Amino acid sequence: MSGLRLEGVEKRFGAIVAVGDAHLHFPEGQFFCLLGPSGCGKTTLLRIVAGLIEPDAGRVLLDDDDITDVPAHRRNFGMVFQSLALFPHLTVGENIAYGLRIRKVERATRRKRCEELLELVRLPGVADRHVSQLSGGQRQRVAMARALALEPRLFLLDEPLSALDAKLREDMQVELRQLQQRIGVTTILVTHDQREAMTMSDRVVVMNEGRVAQVGPPLEIYRSPANTFVADFIGTSNLLPAVVAAAGRVTVAGEALAVAALPDGLGPGAEATISVRPESVHVLPDSAAGENRLPGRVTFVRDVGVSVETYLDCAGHEVISIASPKDRPDVRQGDRVLVELPAADIVVLSA
Amino acid sequence: MRAPRASRAARYAPAVYPTIMLGLFFVVPFAIMLAVSFAHRVPGGFYEPGFELANYARFVSSFFLGTLGFSLFVAGLTAVICILVGFPVTYFITRMPRRRQVVWMVFLLSVLSLSEVIIGFTWSILLSRTAGLSNLLVWLDLMDKPVSWAPGFAALMCGMCYLGFPYTVLVLFPALSRLDPELPEAARTLGASPLRTFFTVIMPIYRNAIVATVIMIFVFSLGVYLLPQVLGRPQHWTLSVLITDQAIFQSNLPFAAAMAVFLMMVSLALVGVTLLLGRAERRAA
Repeated sequence: MSGLRLEGVEKRFGAIVAVGDAHLHFPEGQFFCLLGPSGCGKTTLLRIVAGLIEPDAGRVLLDDDDITDVPAHRRNFGMVFQSLALFPHLTVGENIAYGLRIRKVERATRRKRCEELLELVRLPGVADRHVSQLSGGQRQRVAMARALALEPRLFLLDEPLSALDAKLREDMQVELRQLQQRIGVTTILVTHDQREAMTMSDRVVVMNEGRVAQVGPPLEIYRSPANTFVADFIGTSNLLPAVVAAAGRVTVAGEALAVAALPDGLGPGAEATISVRPESVHVLPDSAAGENRLPGRVTFVRDVGVSVETYLDCAGHEVISIASPKDRPDVRQGDRVLVELPAADIVVLSA
Repeated sequence: MRAPRASRAARYAPAVYPTIMLGLFFVVPFAIMLAVSFAHRVPGGFYEPGFELANYARFVSSFFLGTLGFSLFVAGLTAVICILVGFPVTYFITRMPRRRQVVWMVFLLSVLSLSEVIIGFTWSILLSRTAGLSNLLVWLDLMDKPVSWAPGFAALMCGMCYLGFPYTVLVLFPALSRLDPELPEAARTLGASPLRTFFTVIMPIYRNAIVATVIMIFVFSLGVYLLPQVLGRPQHWTLSVLITDQAIFQSNLPFAAAMAVFLMMVSLALVGVTLLLGRAERRAA
């Protein structure tokens, strides 16, 4: 099987399980994001892949070769660090050519390759400058060029964009994704920003407390989260406690709701949680009758122009609805309304 | 716009105390020493004020210049050995877990509590024939019979380096503690072995700290006057020993002062040249 595979990888720091029993497959040429809140073990997992941390258990395989015991400097994986880790005593060109110099590549070839790489990251002509003379975004590009200089088997990035301001970060996300598609290198990026993960990746690996919570394409993870953690962490989600009533029906706050599907192993009477995305929640005037509606009260309306967020109280649970300005519900704070949760948009999760 | 007089005085007020202290305890004694170095010696007595270059003239003889050269050589060698040993040791201490770092630092600081006298005599015993390390080697069957290693040049260097080593670590420690751990890691991912990482990334980054430490240990070692007498033979006596000898035992303060001034000027000049070379090289880089 080509690509990178982790088999039962585990790492503990004292009593804390940083990464527990991770089984993952990263096929050749795809862009992966390791996504999770801080302290979820995503950076540890990336460092295990890079060879900077030795796992306590499990194996790391690259194209079926066991590389668990191969030291970092023999793996030929390019890595961009959170601090960028550009060498302050070298110029931009010397930074990029560092790996080539270690490999005793001739000066002329180094120079040429360096120019190519700067061209690749759209930063030509700065090879002779000092790292301290560059802006944050430019340093970012230099760090990427340096990591790609040896044509690595794997391109690893540890929250490289977190130090940039919001606007530049968004631009760099798009650019990084396009760069990866141009050169086709298997890429693993660590981030806590779910928007970043959605923008760039072919597949997202959601992690929580050292465990892999879900792996899948971004939209699949958004639309059908595997558990309450993923539902809550990816985007915003309305999570409501429910009880399974019968096949295809759950009871929420005393009201029976139809749902599209129930997860396996949840029989009638089982406790569950339903997750509904705010954009799927419709706020209706009180009088309208129909299926899948909960009575509620408007507690707050936040109209920020581009969208309208309506905060609702349904039997003590907070429900948020987001609508575009033209679908703006005609409600005011304190109004009694009906909240429609379409059956197709309800995801039932085991509690 | 000119600030009102009162507020300007207030602005400089914090500098008054350090200025007075510096003047009282540094500038004034140095001025006295400078004046004394030109004074006229009264043989068998003390000295009387005057202006003569006789003291400096006497210094410019092959004996004293030779001693000056040897002093600079000993101090320079001490500084180089201290940095060669101290830099890697400090680096590994800073990479240790916090608790072990504290143990090491306490150990090194406790070495500082030993006086030059104790260090000198301890080394002379350790290197002696009757009770020294060679007895241990005989016991281990590595040597035939115990030998005396002190006094001698090697013994002197042992003592000098032992004296300078804790300072080397203490000066380098804060700088090396601040090293971004991702820098050596970046070098590793780019194919550099740990050893190459040390020589191509860590050492060059700390070039300035290394130069500063070498200068400090060099100047510090120049002033050591007890170890050469305890661990060295008379030909290993440094200028500091001769200054002490002239000042205390020969009661020739003007000559002692002249040597001290000269030693200071030469070491200042060397430090200046080192710094200038460093700056020129950085500009060229």
